[in-house]
Amino acid sequence: MSVSTFPSEHSADTHYQLCATDRQLILATQAGLPLTADPWATLGEQLGIPAEEVLARFQHMQDAGVLRRVAAVPDHYKLGYRFNGMTVWDIRDEAVPEMGQRVGELPFVSHCYRRPRHQPWWTYNLFAMVHGTSRQEVEDKAGQIRDLLGEACSSHTILYSSAILKKTGLRLKKQGDAPCSE
Amino acid sequence: MSATIERPRREARLPEFTDLEKAVINRLQHGLPLVANPYLAVAEELAISEQALLDTLEKLLDERVFTRFGPMFNAGEMGGGLTLAAMRIAEEDFDRVASQVNAFDEVAHNYRREHELNMWFVLATETGEGIDGVIEQIEARTGYPVYNMPKEEEFHVRLHFPV
Repeated sequence: MSVSTFPSEHSADTHYQLCATDRQLILATQAGLPLTADPWATLGEQLGIPAEEVLARFQHMQDAGVLRRVAAVPDHYKLGYRFNGMTVWDIRDEAVPEMGQRVGELPFVSHCYRRPRHQPWWTYNLFAMVHGTSRQEVEDKAGQIRDLLGEACSSHTILYSSAILKKTGLRLKKQGDAPCSE
Repeated sequence: MSATIERPRREARLPEFTDLEKAVINRLQHGLPLVANPYLAVAEELAISEQALLDTLEKLLDERVFTRFGPMFNAGEMGGGLTLAAMRIAEEDFDRVASQVNAFDEVAHNYRREHELNMWFVLATETGEGIDGVIEQIEARTGYPVYNMPKEEEFHVRLHFPV
């Protein structure tokens, strides 16, 4: 129910292993959750699984962090957030952990990641996505990030999107998995 | 595969939503509780009827205000590969390369951005090793290098757009 239902740090070796039922449920909900009073029961009827088991699998996947949440994905343009600026920053390497943390805590930053540079085309190592209802609003917010970074940052820019070329999402393929153990 | 062109700079016309729609938009961007009658639980929180919630949700989906309502999975936690990649495409080749890149199932999102690196896309694969292979295929198909920018550290992910 909370927004931050997934851990931000996970060891690369401890991947969640989808079981056969998990995959069935993921495939059955790729287009969305049924809009019925008891969507778990509706899914269960479709797949021949008891409703309680459907709910238990979702709970299990959420606890494991593989399910972030069951929620709406808005078209942010239609909500008036027409300007999404990918602000990118060239930060002194040793300052990235602290600065990333502080930038990520700003209320108007939706994602904040450290990523590799690709010299000479790309010198930026910290990415912070900022959304606004005007270009000016995005620029004002980027200005606040600039002030916060101080001397740790040597240059930055803002990349605006000018067209959505594709937007689908993760698509799983059907394949065999182990049966669920619990 | 068709590109949605954003309107050029102009005063944004703010969308008009009813109070009910605003409440539903704001609430449903957060997680649905994992309980037997989850829509009823949310409706009670918002002091509306379950039917009003479901009708509003359906309308928001029909109007594409919500592009989807459902479980959101973390591909990285499944052992899959997920990365951001960019390309630097000559203007005369842009449409051709966009079609070629979008044809890959592993390309989940693709945006044109105003920069020398003008194409930015998210790749999602079922195995971590899959990413390098897809990048090689994209390079071979398009004739352009792909700059891979996997996240090295995640500081924050919180997508919420209040209306």
